[in-house]
Amino acid sequence: MQIAPPDFDRVFGALADATRRDIVRRAVDGEEGVAELASHYPMSFAAVQKHVAILERAGLVTKERIGRRKIVRTNPEGLRVARRLLDRYEELWRGRIDRMSALVADPPDRKETHK
Amino acid sequence: MTVTAVRKDADNLTMTLDAEFDASPERVWQLWADPRQLERWWGPPTYPATVTSHDLRSGGRVDYHMTGPEGDQPRGYWEILEADAPRRLVFRDGFAHADGTPNSDMPRTEARVTIAEIADGRARMTIQSIFPDAAAMEQLVGMGMEEGLKQAVGQIDAILTGDAVTRA
Repeated sequence: MQIAPPDFDRVFGALADATRRDIVRRAVDGEEGVAELASHYPMSFAAVQKHVAILERAGLVTKERIGRRKIVRTNPEGLRVARRLLDRYEELWRGRIDRMSALVADPPDRKETHK
Repeated sequence: MTVTAVRKDADNLTMTLDAEFDASPERVWQLWADPRQLERWWGPPTYPATVTSHDLRSGGRVDYHMTGPEGDQPRGYWEILEADAPRRLVFRDGFAHADGTPNSDMPRTEARVTIAEIADGRARMTIQSIFPDAAAMEQLVGMGMEEGLKQAVGQIDAILTGDAVTRA
């Protein structure tokens, strides 16, 4: 486990799929519903619906009802979270290294048994 | 700061981090090999780690969970690919379901840890993280390593502001 905040894990997982990334890109304009999106891919409506649901849970897209249609729209804030992935990963490891340094420095008065 | 260098390599999808410690390689190895010490540095302060099983040998496995501020307990595991004390450790770090089985929907990273003595009582540890899923991620969102990330920010901003609609 690299990244602690659960939302962040979801974003990373959601983007680790080519179809879902393509949906995110198409949904920037927010003109298509799930049915229209599904027409772009060689897979069932249900499969595309599932991808959209994963993206929705990750906060990368939102669904908005317009009349009788549900439009899928990319959520810019979700993408911003995604962009910070590597910076956060680096931060995480820097934090770990700092804690490791503190442990090896381990002043005698704070020494604990490690058994 | 003991971190002496960070390299993010878009072509090889790796992040490499060097750190130096005023300690012997054996002492640094203990940070990985002793589960109680591992618990004290693996999780951030807001998500302390609890190691529930720990077999640091080739083919071995480490199971852990972290405990978040809301009481949530994300689980993870390491699959040990190589363990050569006190010099080298290679493992895959993945997410696990509540019952401990690997969650294959979540990305796994591979970590390659190398520990070398650079002077008497001083060791350098290099951690290379390899992102298998980032390759695909980078193609479209453009999120890769450092440069890719900067590009991605530009690309996504352009898409979001409608300047460059690159729909297929």
